[in-house]
Parts: sequence; structure tokens; C-alpha cells
Amino acid sequence: MKRFLLPLVIFLVMVCFLFIGLNLDPREVPSPLVGKPAPMFSLPRLDDPKQAFSPKDMLGKVWLFNVWASWCGACRDEHPILVELSKSGLVPVYGMDYKDTREDAQQWLQQGGNPYIATAMDADGRVGINYGVYGVPETYVIDKAGIIAYKQIGPVTDESLRNKILPLVKRLQAQ
Amino acid sequence: MKLHLTFRLIALLFLMQSFSLWAQDARPMENDAVVEVQVQRLSEQLRCLVCQNQTLADSHAELAQDLKQEIREMAAKGMSDQAIIDYLVARYGDFVRYRPPLKSTTVLLWLGPFALLLVGGFGLFIALRRREKLATDTPLNEEESRKVSELLKMDKES
Repeated sequence: MKRFLLPLVIFLVMVCFLFIGLNLDPREVPSPLVGKPAPMFSLPRLDDPKQAFSPKDMLGKVWLFNVWASWCGACRDEHPILVELSKSGLVPVYGMDYKDTREDAQQWLQQGGNPYIATAMDADGRVGINYGVYGVPETYVIDKAGIIAYKQIGPVTDESLRNKILPLVKRLQAQ
Repeated sequence: MKLHLTFRLIALLFLMQSFSLWAQDARPMENDAVVEVQVQRLSEQLRCLVCQNQTLADSHAELAQDLKQEIREMAAKGMSDQAIIDYLVARYGDFVRYRPPLKSTTVLLWLGPFALLLVGGFGLFIALRRREKLATDTPLNEEESRKVSELLKMDKES
């Protein structure tokens, strides 16, 4: 009996590790930008290319910065949630249209509704690289001082909004 | 003579292939061979974040192409390998590097295999010692040796 004990323990430890491994999402790479100032940029706006959008305009406010694209499938899942959020008025939502064309993006917003106060056009993806974007959609929570407080990789879900993003926003707004 | 022709054909094939490789990636800044060498060296050390088990050099994902272009521009500005890697690590984290640096969060990664080797070696040592003990012969006492010879005798008779 005793001789089976050690293999059994090793087996159970391995099962533990594998089980934890199954629940990890390898696509979620922790961003080194959390806790650092949001990179500055100035990009033309989707609705009016003559106007520019810059995170500098947002200093003093807590805001969500959502990177999206009309070609991105997962963006379709999170879109209604963002529309709902922007209607609630809890936090201003700004967007960045990543590597997309103006026509496609505008059509997308017409179809699904526009949750964004303004959308910046990152046509060549250079600002995206500065933000460490590697999988659209990604959403940043940026505080009053312009520091990135949180980065959500992948679509915003009801769950992540309720459990993570909104409590964080509330806390940051109180600061 | 015939052999000669085959060799020529093979040489031609190789030549054509290299041309097609050039044609695929041709962009204005690729004229600078020194920069290209640096871009190639760096993109072999950096991970494509979309297809996570490929290097930037192997990957044809759009993000990988963009990152290579970014690296190319930094290289053209004369930035060192280290400066370019630091730039990308600041945005994408250590994960972007294929050779992770040794620091507190990666200690297990670096030392884990050696720890396992040590544990395994120790286990082997113990097992071998135990086996050695089993193998040492224990001398028989008088009663036992008498029984043995009796049994052997019985075996012969039958």
C-alpha cells in the first residue's frame, strides 16, 4: 500500500497543475503599462478628420479607452454592452478604431449604435503598438492623472464590467 | 555533361527562389543591408503576440509585420538591439522576449528544471541505495542450509 502512496501524490500534484493550467488564458499577457501614464498621441477623429483626439484632453477625468475595429469579431460581442454602458453615463467611453477604414467603421457604428463620445482613427496601428495592443478588442481604464489603471484584453463582458471595471472606476472617481 | 546541366538547373532554381523571397517583402527601407540584418536578428528573438509560439521572423500576422516595420524604423535611426528590445518590453512586457530575463518572477522558470533534476537525482540515488541493500546476501544459519541441501537432494532423486 505504501509503495503506491508516492506515485499517487505525484499524480495528484500533476493533476492540480494541469487543472490550473486549463483555467489560464494564454492570450492574457499582463500589460507592463498598467500603473504607467497612458501614451500620448493625437489622431484624427472618426466623425470629423479635421478634429483631433488626444488623451491630453481627458486629464482630470476617469475614462474608458476601448480599442476596436469593424473587422474584429469579438468586438461584435462587446458592442451592445458598451452601448448600454455609455447610456448609463457612469463613465465616458472613448474609442480607437484600429487599422480600419473610415467607411467600414462608420457603417459599423450606424448599425450597432455609437457608444463613443469620440473615436480616434489609428489607421496604421502605430498608436496601437504604443499601447501594447495585440488583440482587438482591448479596453483601458485611465484615471484622472492619465495613468492606466487597468487593461482588459478581449471583449468587455457584463461580468468583467460589474466585478472589475465599474468598481475600479468608482474608486478612481472618488480620488 | 548531363550532370553538369542538372547542377546548373539546381543553381537556377535556388537563384529563382531567392528572388521570390526578396519580392515578397520589398519595402522602401529594405535597401539598407545593415538595418535588415539587425531587424532579422531582433525578430528572431521576439515573440509574435498574436501567434504566440512563433517569432516575429516566422510570423505573417499583421501585427508581426507592423512590429517588424517599427523595428526597422528604429534600427534605421541607429538604435541598439538593447534599446529596441527595451522599447518593446515596455509596451508588451517580458513575454515578447523569447529569452526571458532572470528576475524574481522568472526564477522558477530558470531554476525549476535544475530543481527537478536535483529531486530526480536524489530519488534515483535513494532507489539505487535501497536496491543495493536488498542485493547483499544474508548468510544462512545451520537449520536453513540443512533444509536447502535436503531440498536439492530431493530434486536430484526425482
